Amino acid sequence: MTDFEYAPAPESRAIVDIKSSYGLFIDGAFADPVDGASFKSVNPATEEVLADIAEAGQADVDNAVAAARRAYTRTWSTMSGRDRGKYLFRIARIIQERARELAVLESIDNGKPIRESRDVDIPLVAAYFFYYAGWADKLGYAGAGPDPKPYGVAAQVIPWNFPLLMLSWKIAPALAAGNTVVLKPAETTPLTALLFAEICQQADLPPGVVNIITGAGDTGRMLVEHGDIDKVAFTGSTEVGKAIARSVAGTSTKATLELGGKAANIVFDDAPLDQAVEGIVNGIFFNQGHVCCAGSRLLVQESVYDDVLARLKRRLGTLRLGDPLDKNTDVGAINSAEQLARIRELSEVGEAEGAQRWSPECELPDRGFWFPPTVFTGVSQAHRIAREEIFGPVLSVLTFRTPAEAVEKANNTPYGLSAGVWTEKGSRILWMSQQLRAGVVWANTFNKFDPTSPFGGYKESGYGREGGRHGLLSYLRTERD
Amino acid sequence: MAERLAVKKTYKLYVGGKFPRSESGRSFQVTDSKGRFLANAAWASRKDARDAVAAARKAFPGWSAATAYNRGQVLYRVAEVMEGRYAQFVDEVSAGEGVTRAKAERLVGEAIDRWVWYAGWTDKIAQVVGSSNPVAGPYFDFSVPEPTGVVAVLAPQGSSLLGLVSTLAPVLAGGNTAVLTASYERPLPAITLGEVLATSDVPGGVVNILTGKLSDTAPWLAAHMDVNAIDLAGAAGDSAHARELELAATDNLKRVVRAPEAEPDWTAEPDLERITAFLETKTVWHPVGI
Repeated sequence: MTDFEYAPAPESRAIVDIKSSYGLFIDGAFADPVDGASFKSVNPATEEVLADIAEAGQADVDNAVAAARRAYTRTWSTMSGRDRGKYLFRIARIIQERARELAVLESIDNGKPIRESRDVDIPLVAAYFFYYAGWADKLGYAGAGPDPKPYGVAAQVIPWNFPLLMLSWKIAPALAAGNTVVLKPAETTPLTALLFAEICQQADLPPGVVNIITGAGDTGRMLVEHGDIDKVAFTGSTEVGKAIARSVAGTSTKATLELGGKAANIVFDDAPLDQAVEGIVNGIFFNQGHVCCAGSRLLVQESVYDDVLARLKRRLGTLRLGDPLDKNTDVGAINSAEQLARIRELSEVGEAEGAQRWSPECELPDRGFWFPPTVFTGVSQAHRIAREEIFGPVLSVLTFRTPAEAVEKANNTPYGLSAGVWTEKGSRILWMSQQLRAGVVWANTFNKFDPTSPFGGYKESGYGREGGRHGLLSYLRTERD
Repeated sequence: MAERLAVKKTYKLYVGGKFPRSESGRSFQVTDSKGRFLANAAWASRKDARDAVAAARKAFPGWSAATAYNRGQVLYRVAEVMEGRYAQFVDEVSAGEGVTRAKAERLVGEAIDRWVWYAGWTDKIAQVVGSSNPVAGPYFDFSVPEPTGVVAVLAPQGSSLLGLVSTLAPVLAGGNTAVLTASYERPLPAITLGEVLATSDVPGGVVNILTGKLSDTAPWLAAHMDVNAIDLAGAAGDSAHARELELAATDNLKRVVRAPEAEPDWTAEPDLERITAFLETKTVWHPVGI
């Protein structure tokens, strides 16, 4: 095979103006935290400090929730759905106008390849706002009764893997339904959320409808445990999701939880193997495997195991790892030193438990947080790398003989977020999709998202749906609430 | 001629399609609303609760995979058999709830009619809450509701038949299997319903009925890692207990229908909430091409 050399093709970062410090976005304006605490956000590809970020304490959380409550009572709950929708349309348009800027900033702060932030994340962000904007004046058709009501103030906590996309999944339906929000982005990726705050200002969104407070786990806990919130929406680990479920137990607060996964990606012997290999790569190496629905357990039918592995290894040899802003990059940086340590630890456990580790030849940059695409073979269902969410570019390969065995292995997990099926046989696709206990089944594709398409988990992958009409219902009271 | 001496019934649990006594060997006295003895009922233990969960899990694949039409027919048949027990239900509701016969007749009639209402939903709910999703790309994308799994139902304490039907029937209509704890003080209609289920076409294990103190079984059901959801209706009015149960339910992120502050008026028109509370939405994607 001929090796093609690629000249560097970096996207210019000149379009982004990163300030040296950022305050909290409360009641329509940026404010310093009451106790003056801050932390730093770094570029995971270079370890360069990007900015000082305000760390919200209890007083700041109180202020943000109070601002959201005022905005809910005085402005947002009395506004017509049509006007709420027009604000959301404005926001969608500004996101499209500033798409390049948002994509570059996302890649700088998160470490994901510009190809993904530019072609996947940011276009989807605009699409989610555009989709839910249209719902704002049609709530009576959503299936929650003729005149459904919002909850009030929603507390929303999002992860670092798709920073702005997760913001859009949270804020767009909440606002369309008539709620106001206090959102906390992850501490390692706050910058696009803070730029989104500026977008809210440009859209003349009434103050307090969207409040963005930055901080780490403590700030998030203060927010979701606040006494004056009506709804919690969280995307993140199952461990934190359970803590949130405990904190709202015995209250009237409703929670939507989108948590971890350990998805099976199942390849049958009649699958179109080249397409399946592309799907395997997209399933686990998209966004460095920092994806809750990643296809982290590859189940291959025994008769095609050797063929699939050979093709997969050949394909992985062509992946380009490096500068996230380079337009040719396929695999970017791991988001943080902490996450890198976890991926390394679980990979070492994988080897210690007897699985065979393989990575393509792959030069890692000197600075920054990097982990090569990694495949484990000889993995059993008891291995930790087959049971625990690694949240990194690490694939565990298992085999099966019959469809029933594939189902058994795929469902043998407390998670149930997603699954993949590769086969040319239509009836088998539909049968498999009925058997798999997972909220999303991708058949002959993987890792596809759309604002019209409900997404969320079974079992310990959480409850509630985001996307589509179902996602809107997560922000509307039922008659009995 | 001397008056005939009646044959009295032994009231037992209903687990896995059979009527066992409690493995604990215990029973408790059931009285009418005026305190007069009616029967000794089985006092279920946590072991009984676990056995019931195992039976419900075993029954889940078959019941959840039955066609919606078939589930609808099976559930409608339950209403037919309930109708045949009408007088017995009226006696039990009247004695247990302390209402007049006329009121009891209305409650029993409403309970049977409600069962019919839910039976009719089995093959309609997917069309009402499912969807075809117009994604921006060459994919066919659809969402369907699927049953959550094994559901623990703490049936209401006050409304011993209508409340029971209003919490159990929606769980079954969605394709789930159930472990139900009956009203502690008014368990007789639940046991009679078990006999109805056993003599209709509902497969054994789809419904499992426990009688006894809520505190002896509910905490184990709430914490059980093979129970997927719980309806706390039977803990209405006891917010501290309901909170404890909801906390235990977080261990495996059960879907929870919370307990209201007071038992609601079960004669009010039902809605879809108790069906959808125990349904998961599954979204399937497939490329479109030639």
